[in-house]
Amino acid sequence: MSEPGTSNIKLTPAGLPGRRGSISAEKPKNSRWVISRLWRYLSRQTKMLFVVIVLLLINTASTLAGSYLLRPIINNYILHKNIPGLLYMIGVLISIYIIGFIAGFFQNRLMIVVAQKTVHVIRADLFRKLETLPLHFFDTNNHGDLMSRFTNDIDNVSDSLNTSITQFFTSTLTLVGILALMIYISPILTSVTLIIVPLMLFVASKIIHKSKDYFTAQQVELGKANGYVEEMITGQKVVKVFCYEESAAGKFEKINYELRDKATKAQLYSGVMSPIIQNLNTINFALTATVGGVLAIFRGLDLGGLAAFLQYSRQFGRPVNEISSQYNNLQSALAGAERIFQIMDEIPEIPDIPEAAALTQVTGDVQFENVVFAYDTGKPVLKNISLAAKAGQKIALVGSTGAGKTTIMNLLPRFYDIQSGNITIDGYDIKKIQRSNLRRLLAIVLQDTHLFTATVMENIRYGRLEATDEEVTDASQLSGAHSFIIRLPQAYQTVLENDGSNLSQGQRQLLNIARATVARPSILILDEATSSIDTRTEQIIQEGMDRLMKGRTSFVIAHRLSTVRNADEILVLENGEIIEKGNHETLLRQKGKYFELYTGQFD
Amino acid sequence: MRKYFPFFVKYKKGLILAPLLVIADVICEIVQPYLMSDIVDQGIRQKSLHYILQTGGIMVILSLLAIVANIGNIYYSSHASVGFAAELRKNLFNKIQQFSFSNLDKFSSASLVTRITNDVNILQDVIMMSLRMLIRGPLMMVFAVVIAIRIDTGLASIIAIAIPVLAVCIFFILRSGLPYFEKMQKKLDRLNAVVQENLVNIRVVKSFVREEFEMKKFGVTNDELREMSIRASGLVVMILPVMQLIMNLSIVAIVWFGGNKIIAGHFQVGQLMSFITYITQILMSLMMLSMLIMTFSRAEASSIRILEVLNTTVDIVDSSDALEKNYMIQKGKVVFDNVSFKYHPDGKEFVLKNINLTVQPGQTIALIGATGSSKSTLVELIPRLYDVSEGSIMIDDIDIREYKLKTLRSRVNLVLQKNVVFTGTIMENIKWGDPKATDEAVFAATQDAQAHDFIMSFPNQYETVLGQGGVNVSGGQKQRLCLARAILGKPVVLILDDSTSAVDTATDAKIRESFKKHLPDTTIFIIAQRVSSIQSADNIVILDDGKIIGSGNHVELLKSSRVYQEIYHSQQLNEVSAV
Repeated sequence: MSEPGTSNIKLTPAGLPGRRGSISAEKPKNSRWVISRLWRYLSRQTKMLFVVIVLLLINTASTLAGSYLLRPIINNYILHKNIPGLLYMIGVLISIYIIGFIAGFFQNRLMIVVAQKTVHVIRADLFRKLETLPLHFFDTNNHGDLMSRFTNDIDNVSDSLNTSITQFFTSTLTLVGILALMIYISPILTSVTLIIVPLMLFVASKIIHKSKDYFTAQQVELGKANGYVEEMITGQKVVKVFCYEESAAGKFEKINYELRDKATKAQLYSGVMSPIIQNLNTINFALTATVGGVLAIFRGLDLGGLAAFLQYSRQFGRPVNEISSQYNNLQSALAGAERIFQIMDEIPEIPDIPEAAALTQVTGDVQFENVVFAYDTGKPVLKNISLAAKAGQKIALVGSTGAGKTTIMNLLPRFYDIQSGNITIDGYDIKKIQRSNLRRLLAIVLQDTHLFTATVMENIRYGRLEATDEEVTDASQLSGAHSFIIRLPQAYQTVLENDGSNLSQGQRQLLNIARATVARPSILILDEATSSIDTRTEQIIQEGMDRLMKGRTSFVIAHRLSTVRNADEILVLENGEIIEKGNHETLLRQKGKYFELYTGQFD
Repeated sequence: MRKYFPFFVKYKKGLILAPLLVIADVICEIVQPYLMSDIVDQGIRQKSLHYILQTGGIMVILSLLAIVANIGNIYYSSHASVGFAAELRKNLFNKIQQFSFSNLDKFSSASLVTRITNDVNILQDVIMMSLRMLIRGPLMMVFAVVIAIRIDTGLASIIAIAIPVLAVCIFFILRSGLPYFEKMQKKLDRLNAVVQENLVNIRVVKSFVREEFEMKKFGVTNDELREMSIRASGLVVMILPVMQLIMNLSIVAIVWFGGNKIIAGHFQVGQLMSFITYITQILMSLMMLSMLIMTFSRAEASSIRILEVLNTTVDIVDSSDALEKNYMIQKGKVVFDNVSFKYHPDGKEFVLKNINLTVQPGQTIALIGATGSSKSTLVELIPRLYDVSEGSIMIDDIDIREYKLKTLRSRVNLVLQKNVVFTGTIMENIKWGDPKATDEAVFAATQDAQAHDFIMSFPNQYETVLGQGGVNVSGGQKQRLCLARAILGKPVVLILDDSTSAVDTATDAKIRESFKKHLPDTTIFIIAQRVSSIQSADNIVILDDGKIIGSGNHVELLKSSRVYQEIYHSQQLNEVSAV
């Protein structure tokens, strides 16, 4: 859950000194595959990338060269008291640095453009993919988890592309370059550094290893704490009603302190790496200065060389630090990318068959023949369902929760596909109708109301985008929503936020009905569409509803049997089977399940 | 800032030691280049091995000390920052536990959760960084400047120029970058909102075939986000090359002026080298500081959100009077005396107006009325989930504000319309109603709530673990569990707010029957849509727009109230012809 304004702004420009190596416990399972997938996106901008690499090389070379020039400057000009020569060299130095600056400037900017363009495409692809996935995917995947692919995972990829990759390369190049120049200046002195470097790497890898363990432990505790907080706070009103506050606080205290202890260790280990490497580098500097001094006396090491060398040895710690922390960032970005690509590889809704029909006008004869359906194979939810709805009829489905009423209605728009049997509209097998065409013929009003962040007008128009304002107001009048809409602060222009949380459940249901009305469907499905509207109001809108259903085949699922009494046919479901069918009178006369339900309701 | 001090108290040792260790570390580090220049200028020139080794030895020892100081610093700063976060989290959580319903209404629960989790983490990071870098940067700078001046006042002026130049550059980059970051954040939030809505509303999207429409909507925001990101990040990544340039140009200046001085004989090569090192160090610390500033600006928003929770005044608390008297509730007579209520003290309209109502112990009273007629609000006033704005409510002839909240709420149990079960076994969930209840008492409660049979049909029976939000039970089953939970505590007053709406009518009837049999002395308030659920109530109250517009029993109301007739007939349509 991220509320506006809380998602982390990552302001940290990469490669700044002292950047805390964020160590995560994550690793991609199949790095090669992820990298090649990522490359497919990046390679759309090969030209730009090429330029970035060239600039990166220039920038690194200028840094290295600048430091190296200290040697000839000191040896040949300062120590030889050659002022015009010194001036010339200063000019050279300035030019090198300015070239480096220009290269660095454009390299950073271009990489941001490359990165953001790439991320933009990935985001769009991911969303596009999401829209094509079957309902089954959304019913079986945790929404919070899917959201975090859009937020955390993409953020990670974006950050890494922005800076980590170039930093990683720059640091590696710098490290190699420094080493090469060091050897060139003095192989013996370099060996001092070469004793320290493995020590640095050893310490770094040990610490990273340790801290990963502690991070995993912290993550587990953090998950527990966040989970507890989320659950208690979401149910806070119930907590209050039962005076559970103290117990909740007590439980949380325990979880919280456990988290503290684990987090302290994780912070300690992740925080300690970069300063230790920095300090080891200081030791390196001290040793270099000492040995360099000795060499200057006994082996005639030139002063300029020593100066350049010392300059390098001070710079040495940074790339080592960078490489280890960027490596970590890259790993977690790749893990994020992997999760993104996994969704992209999900199987979308089965495409329409090539000869699928597009029906423009249907009368609305709906038939189910021996339909069998299971969400999980082996556990059929619907067994052998057969029903026939003539055009314009009102068919009601009743039965207890879990009997399979909603499932039947999920099959008609092909939210789910049946295992065996047949469903036809006007004699056409629905599998042979284009899916989008099929769904346009239907309008579904659900018990759980769903609204979008947009004005009331736009929310209703969602049913048919071409509808005029007038058609929208007509539809809301018909569905009984008009009278409350005009009392809203901005009437039809009132912006609904947070799924219309400022409206009552009943009002939201009215909006949903209006949206279905404006869609002018041939077939209407009302799944507990009026359950939260009180019976008197329902009575008032009943007329409108009847007008809406007139001439349209409609399927009505309702708990409240008064809503379905005037149906042409009532189907009573139990355990996925139709156990009774007929109109209200005949079913009552049968004295079966319907009779039981009905008289139970009005005893 | 002062608001946060109490959370440090337990960890003040770390808070004090961490900066002290930074000072030690800085001192050990800052003298290194100075000593190095001694090696070059004294040791090498005098060809004194002894001098070099001695000075080099001091340098090595100092760096070892620096390691110790640094590890100590990290140790104490992680203790202090993580400890602080733990205390803050605890206090926030406890504060929210005290919140009244109207306090809770002000925040969305999602936003409260983010405050306790994300926002606290952000503050933790900032404190950790501050303890490590806040003094380090300026200290480094001061020391370096002092030493630089001691070496050569003239050259030190280069530093005096470079620092403000870099500071100004960073300032301008950040100042022009931050607004873009805010804009980028808004776009990002908007984008996330679109995704979130699509996940939740996927059935609507698919049934109206609006995939293309949604993609277009997403595309527009996505394009804007890309532009903003390029601008925002593009500006901030400029800091690095700019800093490099300024640093390098300062080095060039030092080489030029220093070189000239060496040629003139006033300066030495080692000093030149140490100068170069100092200027690098100083500018680096300035960079660290600028990073810290950026982090601060990001944390400020979090801090504001956290303080908003901490500073909220809890509006329903025990009065000292109530604590002292400690009245008990025995009988369950409930009286509303001219009660009016509005959610916000400065709100215009009352949602409940002049409610007068007397309910005798053991009576069942039903509330009926259209959506939005404030039925729920009325019953929520009884356990003081909200406090009345005018008038008073009495239980057993004592104003409810004179009872301890705990007494009141444990004797008045409310089954909310939007009810939830929690992660844990069914047994644990039901025992929320009375933690000390025996298993037998639980069985009795579940039997009355018609829940026992379905619980026993689960493989693990009462030990069945409910997922968060009770995902593995149906809506009707969940309602019956909540019902059992509420009656377990044997309340004197029981309030059912549309709490059997998902239970089928036959079961609903059975529940009412067993309540009549087993809870004869309990005063019961029922809110329901179905007339069948309330027909047998001793008194039925019809609410409309926050006012009582009729009351009486079923037979009386059928005669006297047009609204009641309408409600009744809306549910009884065609019944005569049917039977």
